[in-house]
Amino acid sequence: MSVLVEFRNVDLSYGAHNVLDGVNMRISSGEIVTIVGPNGSGKSSLLRALIGALVPSSGTITQASGLRIGYVPQKLHIDPTLPMTVTRFLSLPHRVPNSQAADALTHAGVPELGRQQMSSLSGGQLQRVLLARALLHRPQLLLLDEATQGLDQPGSAAFYQHIEQVRNDLNCAVLMISHELHVVMSASDRVICLNGHVCCEGKPEAVASAPEYRALFGSGTGGALALYRHDHDHDHVHGHGEDCDHNHSHEAAQ
Amino acid sequence: MFDSFLVRAALAGLGVALAAAPLGCFVVWRRMAYFGDATAHASILGVALALSFNMSVFAGVLVIALVMATTVSTLSGRGYAMDTLLGVLAHSAIAFGLVAVSFLEGVRIDLMAYLFGDILAVGRVDLAVIWGGAILVLALVGWRWQQLLAATVSPDLAQASGIDPKKEQLILTIALAIVVAVAIKVIGVLLIAALLIIPAAAARPLSQTPEKMAVIAAAIGGVSSLGGLKLAYDYDTPAGPTIVCVAAGLFALTSVFGLRRG
Repeated sequence: MSVLVEFRNVDLSYGAHNVLDGVNMRISSGEIVTIVGPNGSGKSSLLRALIGALVPSSGTITQASGLRIGYVPQKLHIDPTLPMTVTRFLSLPHRVPNSQAADALTHAGVPELGRQQMSSLSGGQLQRVLLARALLHRPQLLLLDEATQGLDQPGSAAFYQHIEQVRNDLNCAVLMISHELHVVMSASDRVICLNGHVCCEGKPEAVASAPEYRALFGSGTGGALALYRHDHDHDHVHGHGEDCDHNHSHEAAQ
Repeated sequence: MFDSFLVRAALAGLGVALAAAPLGCFVVWRRMAYFGDATAHASILGVALALSFNMSVFAGVLVIALVMATTVSTLSGRGYAMDTLLGVLAHSAIAFGLVAVSFLEGVRIDLMAYLFGDILAVGRVDLAVIWGGAILVLALVGWRWQQLLAATVSPDLAQASGIDPKKEQLILTIALAIVVAVAIKVIGVLLIAALLIIPAAAARPLSQTPEKMAVIAAAIGGVSSLGGLKLAYDYDTPAGPTIVCVAAGLFALTSVFGLRRG
């Protein structure tokens, strides 16, 4: 497995506010990695740093040369003054033949949408179109930012099954952010628990039983099965714990 | 054929309209309408500078429009809301420009000509500058079309595909400054933004794709220019405002069409 992306001691700040603090992380080809963490833990900032939209204040982010990234953003607002059919959208920024766009939509389960305006799509339809676009150029790394927002539980379970299928077909790595711990963790090879820094990481079962993870998400119903709630007012003691089953790949690499 | 002032005026109006239309689409899509206005208003300061230092009005306006546009781009998102920032800068620029013009001695300037344009006074050199600028803007926008569009739809999506949205913003800024500089003689400082925005807005209800909207906007801009010029000649009205009136009429028509079609 070759390394596609590596973060080394990445710090990131908005003004005086530190969002990421000494993040070490690497993504290798073909693996599905999920980042979990409470609101404001820097998950989205980490993805945006990866695509180059945010510049770290210190540390380095290295990408394999010529890395093809497929990015599915959390949301997409297209101004209603901008006319844009779904087919045309799929040709941004790299033009594809209409037949290829049609194939991509068929594959995504929405063959009838080609001539529709982007602004008229429902949440679920937009989700499929965004994924179809991200997959058009056979990415080596697929980035999903809260991709199942607005889908119901069976819908998001089906979505993650689809992602696993995509991974098997394209042999691409997948890095995703999700709130839905119970669904997403079972579909992952590796989970990174983030709260400004990497609290712990490893196989889903290991992370679910790690004290750092429990401190963030509660242990009432057994970690990974805990329904996510938006109350994280606990005092989380930063720093790596001893009990967490770390998969210290990033440290071993140095 | 360039001997007739009417032919020169028609060609000048057409050149500005063709360059302004596709750029105007981006101004509309990116919600930069006030941005265009501010840049245009600032150009009166450029006129004053050009006349004081004895350089060409085109160059003076181009420099000031570029300075204004980059200032706004840089300051935006740093403490003030965009509309406040533009309100301060645009009106300050026009006020400083008008004051600066009043200091100019010896040169009697027809201020009205710069505020509202003087399309009937377009000479051969003006015509060459206008078409040169128009072709440059069209080439620039055409060359970067896919990237500009991707960055407009979503800066993050563009970034993930290896496009730098800031660079695309800079290209639009430069194109905008060039359009303002070539349009000042034709339509005047106060109404340049109208020529950017109204044809694009009028094209929206008739378009399903961005390309179609740009082409229709260019057509509407061209018809407005020629039609406005004809009406101005027939009824002896000021040319610049008449052109904008025709564009506004077309906007009203297509809006009704858009409403009826739902």
